[in-house]
Amino acid sequence: MDWEPVIGLEIHTQLATKSKIFSGASTAYGAAPNTQACAVDLGLPGVLPVLNEAVVTMAIKFGLAIEAEIAPRSVFARKNYFYPDLPKGYQISQYELPIVGRGHVDIELEDGTRKRIGITRAHLEEDAGKSLHEDFHGMTGIDLNRAGTPLIEIVSEPDMRSAAEAVAYMRKIHALVRYLGISDGNMQEGSFRCDANVSVRPVGEERMGTRSELKNINSFRFVERAIEIEIERQIEILEGGGEVVQETRLYDAERDETRSMRSKEEAMDYRYFPDPDLLPVEITADEIEAVRATLPELPDARRARFESEYQLSADDAAFLTAARETAEFYEATVAACGDARLAANWVRGELFGYLNRENRDITDSPVSAAMLGALIRRIQDNTISGKIAKEVLEAMWKGEGEADAIIEARGLRQITDTGAIEAEVDRVIAENPKQVEQYRGGKTKLMGFFVGQVMKATGGKANPAQVNELIRKKLGG
Amino acid sequence: MSLEKKDVERIAHLARLAVDEADIPDYARDLGNILDLVAQMDAVDTTGVAPMAHPMEVSQRLRPDEVTETDQRERFQAIAPKVENGLYLVPQVIE
Repeated sequence: MDWEPVIGLEIHTQLATKSKIFSGASTAYGAAPNTQACAVDLGLPGVLPVLNEAVVTMAIKFGLAIEAEIAPRSVFARKNYFYPDLPKGYQISQYELPIVGRGHVDIELEDGTRKRIGITRAHLEEDAGKSLHEDFHGMTGIDLNRAGTPLIEIVSEPDMRSAAEAVAYMRKIHALVRYLGISDGNMQEGSFRCDANVSVRPVGEERMGTRSELKNINSFRFVERAIEIEIERQIEILEGGGEVVQETRLYDAERDETRSMRSKEEAMDYRYFPDPDLLPVEITADEIEAVRATLPELPDARRARFESEYQLSADDAAFLTAARETAEFYEATVAACGDARLAANWVRGELFGYLNRENRDITDSPVSAAMLGALIRRIQDNTISGKIAKEVLEAMWKGEGEADAIIEARGLRQITDTGAIEAEVDRVIAENPKQVEQYRGGKTKLMGFFVGQVMKATGGKANPAQVNELIRKKLGG
Repeated sequence: MSLEKKDVERIAHLARLAVDEADIPDYARDLGNILDLVAQMDAVDTTGVAPMAHPMEVSQRLRPDEVTETDQRERFQAIAPKVENGLYLVPQVIE
């Protein structure tokens, strides 16, 4: 039987505020344990939560970016459960009236087709603290610095049909929140994490199969892998005549398997109810329009502009706009050198080669856009060839300075003096009579040999176009 | 509305409350009375009435996104049963 996977994602994104969603404690990452957990975050008696206005603005930005309706009135609710990293005994979240309603994003699949993925809703909530399960004399350590960090939970429709689609969707949301500047999207630090609901059904069946929920996956690679093996696991159960159990599962990257996380002796009963400590949040049309005016250019629009304004291929445009920082770097490089095509080749081909090799982020590149642009200008004005430019880039990457300084220091300036090149060409021809004869006898492939000899003699500094032209002229005559 | 013993036990468990076996009939009666009152309100025709999230006709006041709290860990942890290296220690939780 052929099976069709059905996948929906819940993405938790920490919002990039300075202070927490309901208190004035700092959200900075990496502080000493519990030094950023105030009375509100600890859930001490008598405290009252007060909503952070930046959180509301960021949620509106996200809603507008996915073309969703922003609720004129939304309500915070208590989600009740007991866990030591949730000191109040409930998480403040939103249930019946979330701030962002139904929206959508378009993803691009590997074959180039686009697919629209529905977003059911996005709601605001507070993050919990962290439990450290290393052994503290048989006890668990609790750090509540993260408690109260604002989160927006983005719930998709079950619109994805493969692990690859789920990853494309997750990447799209990741790019979006980074473009919007509402989250740093740092997955290592837990700013962007995802739960995946996975089920399978026979192809053609309308009804959904029983799903399992894969919890807390924090990398694109793990999401893809976790979903893939969960699909395989479910198909195997169903083909063996068994039934999939609805449960929460955890992906274990080391063993490359998913396993049951919570026993379902008791189904979770969160007993949501409106939080009496918080009033409804009201957002006027004017406020929404004021936020709309601050929206930056978003990935889809930027990509379309890169294709038309810079004449880039769809593939290059997609690559260069996938992250806001890359797009900005590229545009700064274009501004510095004036050649969109060369800039695309050098950013995507060469610079990313170095970045990937050293696993570095473009924001952390030792070669700035201005430096790369200045290098490209030296190719344009024939100071150096493209091949020499690669050598210069390598030196720039190693911190040897700006392109011009490296070109001078290493004497890489291209020889464009026709007389000097001609002398070398004459010498090479004189020293290789056998090859000259063969060339003239029709073995024109030897052109490469002559060019190579001249380039070697000039240390690669002769202008290749001039060398080619001179040799052709002299040998043809 | 009458509650059974297992309903009371479940409610107590969700709230992590230890309930004396002997008190369960009393709790069942008291909680049942509360639910009767809710049922009475539920019977009112509310067609066309917008649900109310709060008795006051006001909306949420927002605070500017500023860090106003300072580190008071020492004071908070002075009343905690057990701490180590700045962490609150609790009985082991195993997933």
